[in-house]
Amino acid sequence: MSVLVNKDSKILVQGITGSEGTFHASQMLEYGTNVVGGVTPGKGGSMYSGKGEDTFNRPVPVFNTVSDAVSATKANVSIIFVPAPMAADACLEAIEAGIGVIVCITEGIPVNDMITVKAALLQSNSVLIGPNCPGIITPGECKIGIMPGFIFTEGNVGLVSRSGTLTYEAVKQLSDVGLGQTTCIGIGGDPIIGTQFIDVIKLFNADPATEAIVMIGEIGGSAEEEAAMYIKKHVTKPVVGFIAGQTAPPGRRMGHAGAIVAGSKGTAAEKMAIMRECGITVVDSPASIGITMKNVLSKMHNGVATKPLAKKGNGKPAVEKAAVAKSSGVKPVVAKPAVKKTAAKKVTATSKKSKDN
Amino acid sequence: MNIHEYQAKEILRQLGVPVLFGKAVFTAPEAGAAAFNDFVQRGVSTIVIKAQIHAGGRGKGIVYDPISNDPVMVMDKQLRGVTVVHEGNLADRAYNIAKGLLGNKLVTAQTGPEGKIVRRVFIEEGCNIGHEYYCSILLDRQTSQNLIMVSTEGGMDIEQVAEETPEKLLKEFVDPITGLQGFQIRRLGFGLGLSGKSLASFVKFIEVLYKAYVETDCSMLEVNPLVSTVDGEFVALDAKVNFDDNALYRHPEYLELRDVEEEDPLEVEAGKYNLNYIKLDGNVGCMVNGAGLAMGTMDIIQLAGGRPANFLDVGGGADVQRISNAFRIMMSDPHVEAVLINIFGGIVRCDRVANGILQALEQVSVNVPVIVRLDGTNAVEAREILQKSGMDFLVAATLKDAADRVTEALERNTIPVV
Repeated sequence: MSVLVNKDSKILVQGITGSEGTFHASQMLEYGTNVVGGVTPGKGGSMYSGKGEDTFNRPVPVFNTVSDAVSATKANVSIIFVPAPMAADACLEAIEAGIGVIVCITEGIPVNDMITVKAALLQSNSVLIGPNCPGIITPGECKIGIMPGFIFTEGNVGLVSRSGTLTYEAVKQLSDVGLGQTTCIGIGGDPIIGTQFIDVIKLFNADPATEAIVMIGEIGGSAEEEAAMYIKKHVTKPVVGFIAGQTAPPGRRMGHAGAIVAGSKGTAAEKMAIMRECGITVVDSPASIGITMKNVLSKMHNGVATKPLAKKGNGKPAVEKAAVAKSSGVKPVVAKPAVKKTAAKKVTATSKKSKDN
Repeated sequence: MNIHEYQAKEILRQLGVPVLFGKAVFTAPEAGAAAFNDFVQRGVSTIVIKAQIHAGGRGKGIVYDPISNDPVMVMDKQLRGVTVVHEGNLADRAYNIAKGLLGNKLVTAQTGPEGKIVRRVFIEEGCNIGHEYYCSILLDRQTSQNLIMVSTEGGMDIEQVAEETPEKLLKEFVDPITGLQGFQIRRLGFGLGLSGKSLASFVKFIEVLYKAYVETDCSMLEVNPLVSTVDGEFVALDAKVNFDDNALYRHPEYLELRDVEEEDPLEVEAGKYNLNYIKLDGNVGCMVNGAGLAMGTMDIIQLAGGRPANFLDVGGGADVQRISNAFRIMMSDPHVEAVLINIFGGIVRCDRVANGILQALEQVSVNVPVIVRLDGTNAVEAREILQKSGMDFLVAATLKDAADRVTEALERNTIPVV
């Protein structure tokens, strides 16, 4: 069970013949991902099986345009390895071709270009993950990104993060304490990203296989706060959170274009306080994400509510909520994951709504 | 990327935004000559002399001698970052004020107590101010749209206005599909209480300013104060421009406007090697792959009882050259008492990183404890390589382990060497 992508997803690689595209396509194929084709303008009509040290375990067809590729392969997911000056164009092409889930790995896309992409996205049924992100993985089913596949294990924890290597760190900690993952999504470190924490939290909350959620944010913006408010109102599954950048000075851009404290806004302390108020178990140290989740889950399985009822200052275990949380912890027998199209629509609709607010 | 006020105004002027006539100078004699030739000769009776540093609050900022730390006096008055001159011999006064500014340090609310050395001075003609306003354009992350903000509270600290009197901060969002519309600008103008000629001038001003913001790929453009003259004409009295670094490839000419003297020399050096380095004032250096993990590592250092000396993301390809450059830059900071290397090998193999560290240490001398935490691909082999190297590493397997080793190293440092 998973969100957004699974073993039946048909994946297209935009920029497949470039060096990044080639290397990561070979790694995705190696993982068993169902890569159905690639797009490189001008190289359509050929079969491609990698180059140099990066050879594919099977050749894949290359197309000139995303729409050609979609009609020939029925691809419904696309991953973009196109250089920054052309990456927004690649996103728009994928949106226009009706791709359901678009993953943009590219770092360094100008903000002005992303404003256009975001506007087009809100008019469409597509979901965009990234840019400037490690991608999305459903362990054991498909890897659509640049993450090291071997650290992920199948299980019941959903993970969403703005970072790359810090995500791997958290995943490894989870896997080391015996907690596998349903789906892990790196949403990206840029100021404008296609999918926000709140969108992913909604998907995890609706996914019966996801028993608990890890949310890793960083300084800058207010997406963590918005997700926390949503969690307080609607999420009964336990959430463990961390915010990177507690020691970051204000006004400096910490690597990621979006990681900057503006004035007194967007600090780690502020985000952590709001997340705690909303019932999220926030860890101070990134070294204790895995072990904290393990403790939270074992308490929950022992019948102790870990997330206070959605009222501030109510320390008492919430009996009803605990019961719900507990029953959702049982491996579901029914419910196939939501059909991709519906999931996609849901995210789009909610982002529109949050825009209106 | 930040640029100076005079550079921002030149760009805005070229794009049709009303600014006052001005001239940048680098020495006191140049200031005197410019005041005479470019202002007095043209019949200008009031000039404004402004220190050019990459920080705001200059008008209220005080100038100090960087060695004695005494306030700089010009004509028996404490010199500030901005001085208006409207009497006496303008050229003489411009010379004296520029002499007082250049080479001395300006301390403002935004520079911190260490201040910034003034190396450039901008002389601008004065104007008859009717009203002062605030204006800025920036990206609103929540809506992913550009946002125009204006206020009647010109020249004030706008964060304070937003906090205390949010109703005085007027906002218009620009829909990327339709673009900025006239009615939106008029709504802002009416909100400021404008009418007639001044409203027309305001509408024109915002139109060209927004166009300039988009064309130059700014991430922030602030005009504070924006003034209307007694004749009702709007003009940018100050200008702060922040470019979107990701879009600089579209404007190679702006790269020449970069003033590296405004930046930390170690950060400039790191930039030459494509290392993402930010100097901080702590005692534990760190070298990490990935920005999020780098921030997380800084947090770990603090929890372990140290203080991070820097942010440093060495990126994906942690090869020998990058690692030795990173060591060299980190070790140039005399406050570093220990170094924590934290690499999560995903695509990059840890054994290669370990060999890279060993080779880098042959090139750079490091005389503080080095804690190495390598995890991910081939981590076990990597740890063996380090342990067998005969060098005095503190090798950690997990992040928790690394934190404990940092504490240990700092404690070891405080024990006096016999």
